[in-house]
Amino acid sequence: MLSTPAVNADENEPIRAAAAFDVADTQALVTSNAAVNAEYFHLTLAAAGLAMTAKAGQFFNIACPATDKDLPYLRRPMSVYRVVPAKGEVEFLYKVTGAGTRGLATLRAGDSTAILGPLGNGFGLDPGWKNIVVVGRGVGLATLAPLAEMAAERGIEVTAILSARTRALVMSVQRFIDAGAQVEVITDDDGSSDPDNVERLLVGLIESGRADAFFTCGSNRLMLLLKRVGATFQIPGQVAMEQQMACGLGMCFCCVRNFDSSHGPEQRRVCLDGPVFPLSEALSW
Amino acid sequence: MVDLRVKIGRITLKNPVMPASGTFSEGLARVFSFDHLGAVVTKTITAELRGGNPTPRVAEVGQGMLNSIGIPSKGVLNFIDHIMPEYQRFSAPLVVSVSAPTAESFAEIVRQLNIPGIAAIEANISCPNIEEDGKAFAMRAKSTAAVVDQLRKATALPLWVKLTPNTGDVGVVARAAQDSGADALVVANTILAMSIDTETFRPRLGSIMGGYSGPAIKPIILRMVYQCAQIVDIPIIGCGGITTTEDAVEYLLAGATAVQVGTATFVRPNAMLDVVEGLTRFCERKNIDRVSELTGAVRDRGMHVDKLEALP
Repeated sequence: MLSTPAVNADENEPIRAAAAFDVADTQALVTSNAAVNAEYFHLTLAAAGLAMTAKAGQFFNIACPATDKDLPYLRRPMSVYRVVPAKGEVEFLYKVTGAGTRGLATLRAGDSTAILGPLGNGFGLDPGWKNIVVVGRGVGLATLAPLAEMAAERGIEVTAILSARTRALVMSVQRFIDAGAQVEVITDDDGSSDPDNVERLLVGLIESGRADAFFTCGSNRLMLLLKRVGATFQIPGQVAMEQQMACGLGMCFCCVRNFDSSHGPEQRRVCLDGPVFPLSEALSW
Repeated sequence: MVDLRVKIGRITLKNPVMPASGTFSEGLARVFSFDHLGAVVTKTITAELRGGNPTPRVAEVGQGMLNSIGIPSKGVLNFIDHIMPEYQRFSAPLVVSVSAPTAESFAEIVRQLNIPGIAAIEANISCPNIEEDGKAFAMRAKSTAAVVDQLRKATALPLWVKLTPNTGDVGVVARAAQDSGADALVVANTILAMSIDTETFRPRLGSIMGGYSGPAIKPIILRMVYQCAQIVDIPIIGCGGITTTEDAVEYLLAGATAVQVGTATFVRPNAMLDVVEGLTRFCERKNIDRVSELTGAVRDRGMHVDKLEALP
């Protein structure tokens, strides 16, 4: 097992954390880890200290336990689904796709695993914005859900366009509704996730003054659509990106992607320069 | 109290633990203070601007990491102006890793680094990702001697030479580096390797081959440290798959004076600190006063390597 023995939640002091440091490797106790549908798991960990300062769009690099089948060596980056400092909990929503997430899915209440974070920059909300549009698909919804709450806390109205293959796979609808968002579910099986339809929805929101900024995660196609519509109507936007990572701290240079910048194309590290980037500079992945 | 100090040539390190080049940056200071380390070793810098390789740049293969980053570098001046100051606030000696495509340009970059604040130069003459003439200097004794000779003339700083495991006879290369003026050897770098996705039939790295590192390579590099230690008199810094205190102890026993922890830091950012603390506990348990007593202390007297199985 890569994970270390279980510890009591109240002993979850970050390993060697001190005031000068803003990232900690924390041994976190599993509170629960349950399937939410055929593809996704919801992991809740008890943690303390710096882990509790994580903001929407930031992520942790999580040690994934070995299983009978897999021996994941590197950690896996996971964006924060929810942080509840009052309860000392941090939550993640993940899709089981490979060795690392298969290992994560074996964690049971009482186990513990190491989480390094909070990492990355997180979403930014301009004080001038009154209405934002959040468009996500698949596991990208996990990254965007805490943004809806962050916006609500600041009195910003949220329209959430949530996309998935089928209605049964759309996650976090209630969470967005509870945060006060106007929710529009779009799916592949009824054709409503078609780009032309999404564009119509976006233009409608712009025309009714409900789109001061766009936010997206989880779909290259949606990102490109938002970027194009944003450029046409002068709407700023942010995209949270994924990339294979090793360290999460900017050391290994594994997680680069290409971006447009004022001085031509450039490579940036998703872990350190992102994972949230200006939509106008994002390129197809 | 266990004495963790070790001497690498004329430099004394407070302990024998330092990062491996490329697996470390000033970003790790967000997690712990570099004051706890024996030294810090920078990412390799080059004279020219380099963008690095296409993605995917990393693949997890067994208990190890296959990578092909390509040494992205913003050049020497950027290093001196922007990176070096980040390290100056720490007490750990600063070792600057450098690389270049020719012996002459290697010497030139080293000359530009004859400035206060640098404790030693680590010449990365082994990186398998650099395409330039297709082969790394450290693959052959002759090209190793040629480049180390030029570097020796270019700097008065302690010169550490980082060898490659991608050679048939690491001992001969080690001797060539010593005879040409190296003050210490770093043994070694990543092992050239590849991996193919059996679903897509595509290489798992964007540049097909890359360097393999992590626990999987430890026995191979440990063997090389042992071989080099039989041949050279200068200190050896062991580097290959070190994750735990016991891994570091093994390298010291094989003949290393100090160790570099690399890929393990990606998996456990505090890995180096754990090894520093672990060495004290290990020495206490074994009633060893000075960690330097472990260097070359493997009990192999009267034992022999099987000539049929061993490399020269």
